[in-house]
Amino acid sequence: MSASTYDAIVIGGGHNGLVNAAYLARAGKRVLVLERRHVVGGAAVTEEVHPGFKYSVCSYVVSLLRPEIIRDLDLSRHGLEILPLESTMTPMPNGDYLARWADRDQTRRELYRHSPRDADAYDDFGSLMYQLAFAVKPILEMIPPDPTSVSVRDLRALFRLGRHFQSLGAQRFHELHKLMTMSAADYLAEWFETDVLKATLSASGIIGTFLGPRSPGTAYVLLHHYMGELDGVFRAWGFAKGGTGAVSEAIAASAQSFGAEVRLESTVQEVTVRDGRAVGVVLQNGDEYAAKLVVSALDPRRTFLGLLDRSHLPEDLLTDIERFRIRGSSGKVNLALDALPDFTCLPGTGPHHRGAISISPSIDYLERAYDDAKYGAFSRRPYVDMIMPSMIDPSMAPPGKHVMSCFVQYAPFALNGGWSPERREAFGDAVIDAIAEYAPNLKDIILHRQVVTPADMEMEFGLTEGNIFHGELALNQLFFLRPTAEWARYTTPIAGYYQCGSGTHPGGGITGQPGRLAALKILGKLK
Amino acid sequence: MPLRTTPFHPRTAPLNQAQDWRRWSGFLVASAYELTHEREYWAIRSAAALLDVSPLYKYRVIGPDAGRLLDRVVTRNVAKCSVGQVMYTPWCDDDGKVMDDGTVARLGDDVYRMTAAEPNLRWLHQHSRRLNVEVADESDAVAALAVQGPNARAVVSMASEQDLADLRFFRVTHATIAGVAVTISRTGYTGDLGYEIWIPQEGARQVWDALVRVGKPWGLTPAGMLALDMARIEAGLILIDVDYVPARRAIIELRKSSPFELNLAWTVKLDKSGFVGRPALLAERDRRPTWQLRGLAIEWESLEEVYAEFRLPPQVPTAAWRVSRPVYAMGGQVGYATSGCWSPLLKKYITLAHLEAPYAAAGTELMVEVTAEHRRRKARAQVVDLPFFYPDRKRA
Ligand SMILES: Cc1cc2nc3c(=O)[nH]c(=O)nc-3n(C[C@H](O)[C@H](O)[C@H](O)COP(=O)(O)OP(=O)(O)OC[C@H]3O[C@@H](n4cnc5c(N)ncnc54)[C@H](O)[C@@H]3O)c2cc1C
Repeated sequence: MSASTYDAIVIGGGHNGLVNAAYLARAGKRVLVLERRHVVGGAAVTEEVHPGFKYSVCSYVVSLLRPEIIRDLDLSRHGLEILPLESTMTPMPNGDYLARWADRDQTRRELYRHSPRDADAYDDFGSLMYQLAFAVKPILEMIPPDPTSVSVRDLRALFRLGRHFQSLGAQRFHELHKLMTMSAADYLAEWFETDVLKATLSASGIIGTFLGPRSPGTAYVLLHHYMGELDGVFRAWGFAKGGTGAVSEAIAASAQSFGAEVRLESTVQEVTVRDGRAVGVVLQNGDEYAAKLVVSALDPRRTFLGLLDRSHLPEDLLTDIERFRIRGSSGKVNLALDALPDFTCLPGTGPHHRGAISISPSIDYLERAYDDAKYGAFSRRPYVDMIMPSMIDPSMAPPGKHVMSCFVQYAPFALNGGWSPERREAFGDAVIDAIAEYAPNLKDIILHRQVVTPADMEMEFGLTEGNIFHGELALNQLFFLRPTAEWARYTTPIAGYYQCGSGTHPGGGITGQPGRLAALKILGKLK
Repeated sequence: MPLRTTPFHPRTAPLNQAQDWRRWSGFLVASAYELTHEREYWAIRSAAALLDVSPLYKYRVIGPDAGRLLDRVVTRNVAKCSVGQVMYTPWCDDDGKVMDDGTVARLGDDVYRMTAAEPNLRWLHQHSRRLNVEVADESDAVAALAVQGPNARAVVSMASEQDLADLRFFRVTHATIAGVAVTISRTGYTGDLGYEIWIPQEGARQVWDALVRVGKPWGLTPAGMLALDMARIEAGLILIDVDYVPARRAIIELRKSSPFELNLAWTVKLDKSGFVGRPALLAERDRRPTWQLRGLAIEWESLEEVYAEFRLPPQVPTAAWRVSRPVYAMGGQVGYATSGCWSPLLKKYITLAHLEAPYAAAGTELMVEVTAEHRRRKARAQVVDLPFFYPDRKRA
């Protein structure tokens, strides 16, 4: 055991681990972050895979990063700038397109072109989602109460939650109930008639899940997209200057400014438990570090089953964690381009290149993409959500050149026959084909391509089964159920061992909130 | 261009000396044509003003059940609307809260035109189930001009070569201007004698040109939104999103208003059966509304006192404002003013205000917050029944 003892060791330098470390260090604790890779960030990372071209290798857009984290950790001073991503454009098979722009009038005019009724409905839908997001938001901000506990704190929190739901009024409560039980496709069909609009909206309900737009429960995730708007972040989606790695780097810089140490290429093998208490960690290379407490920022499988001897854990917890649904279903293709893709529906360079472009022509298209995955294949014609970071931040590529980030579904982790280099390239080809249908010049302008499969996400980024959110954002895995009913408040059965990754409340995405709430919980205990 | 321009744009753009445009329902419209809007305001009150009001939403409602559909939706009794008549009306959601206001014009036995400030196509469709009616959005197909002011009748009569003396207040007629078939309604948003002309968009420019030609000797002046805003406050006419929040956009209940609370009790026909919001409105009538929309006239002497502290004469706004200002009684805040302006005609500083019902009687002395030299002060004001200005010529 090394001579010095840390107040806290954080395992995993993903953005949540870094947020956690920064808050602990800011409170005066001596903190060490141990990261397996050669860079911080985990799934929020920027890497120059092809010389001169920077890829946001995994996550590529930022919506829910908590503004209080940006304020508390002074992230703007550490270089964080989130630039607006203003539009979404979906090319259509008939040569037309559907776009939604930053401006309400402009969007209305565009929707009106497709359906006058949908243009009206879109405004009403937007205000309802805004109201419901406002209603649900307090839940995301709360350290989840334990509904079976009798502690005053938990009771108070539960009571607040109950009162909050009452205050919604019958109509909104009813609507919320629908969102929680219906499929995105069914819910949207109550509002809209334009297929391409329904498809593009429903796509947000399937991201990171092993579900199709017609699967019940996908409607709820629609709401998450309106959440970002409530904090003075008026654009739902943004792009971090320098790629999503810039988010992690700013948080790391902030943590270091508060005195935290960040050690790269340090893979933790095991958490040292003595007398039922976490007292440090052992690295793969045999190094040992002692600490008063240990925080895991890894996913629940790794936190419980990977880093601990099973004998330390109660049987029912082991069962719960084994059952925790974590099937990966997404892939990523990053491209270095010699020029911009030229979309047949909007020829030339235009404002659409500065926003998201979605390959989601119809609900059927998405559901078929899911059908392939259901039976263990990657989608032959996948859903793709892409952005061109170099159009927003020119420093992402050499002058005149471009990078393109393509998020893809579905690519099941459990691919029939397993993932291999050939299958990876075949998957990459399917993605390029799907886009090239609408931007025929794409194949001629590719300088380099990086294909990331769920298997790569597990191997390279330590995401179990390649799940982008450390576990599906399904309703039975949220709030006071994340990751399990008993251990949903950042604690574990082992004294001094905490969890703070995306597998804890409020879940995945670049929010920083699990890391922050866990730190608040720990600091309450450390007093 | 991402924003739209109206069919009159080729005419209005060269006139807009400062290229001073504002947005209205996704269109560009002139704030003012001249460098100051004063002459345009006075044209409304002393001669005639020509206003491009094309961005209004317009729906054509046709079919044997057209009247029934409208009756289901709006609070006025459309069954009583005769051919050639126009009704001003609000419409409400199920809770009896105002969603929008506009007009319903009966153009033929089974043909109506509804104008609205907000998109309402979906709302109308939702209520037309099992009715034999068709609703068409003619917002783009129909351009609209308002000719407002004491000389409006002369101008429009000459342009249409038709004596409009018989076209009574809130009546509509078919006519031809410069060979273009139009409808002319005796309506407007200025509280003055005035007409609105509904023109197929292909003929828009011909009609504009004809009006400008015959209007010259009558002092017809193109006027923008700044002038209109002052006139409509004098006329006590409410503006959506400024004086009330449409129910579908109100995030909280507090922001919604019933027609009773907007001084529109006269438009609510509770004796007609089955229209959207009726049960809620019945209940509200019985328990009496908690708010009232009224005029407030700020006392000049009180303004003098406020500004005297800074050795200044009263500073009054040159254009209408649209920010909410608290209104107080002795005991505390009892309401808020939502828009206001200095009326050059009345020589009064006037505002529209939402007041708690007990403080809404005409003559009640209240106080409005004014900001003088960055400091908050209160100026005395009297509650006034609307409108502030009501010339005989408006209805004559
Ligand atoms: C392809 C993809 C696209 C995505 N797109 C978006 C998006 O656009 N927007 C969005 O908001 N979210 C997106 N997400 C989700 C989001 O990126 C993640 O939810 C979030 O970044 C997870 O952060 P974290 O800190 O909880 O965990 P991680 O980022 O997974 O961090 C865990 C860290 O622990 C390290 N580690 C693992 N094992 C060990 C060990 N034994 N010892 C030491 N260190 C270890 C890993 O290297 C990693 O750095 C995406 C995710 C993926 C994979």
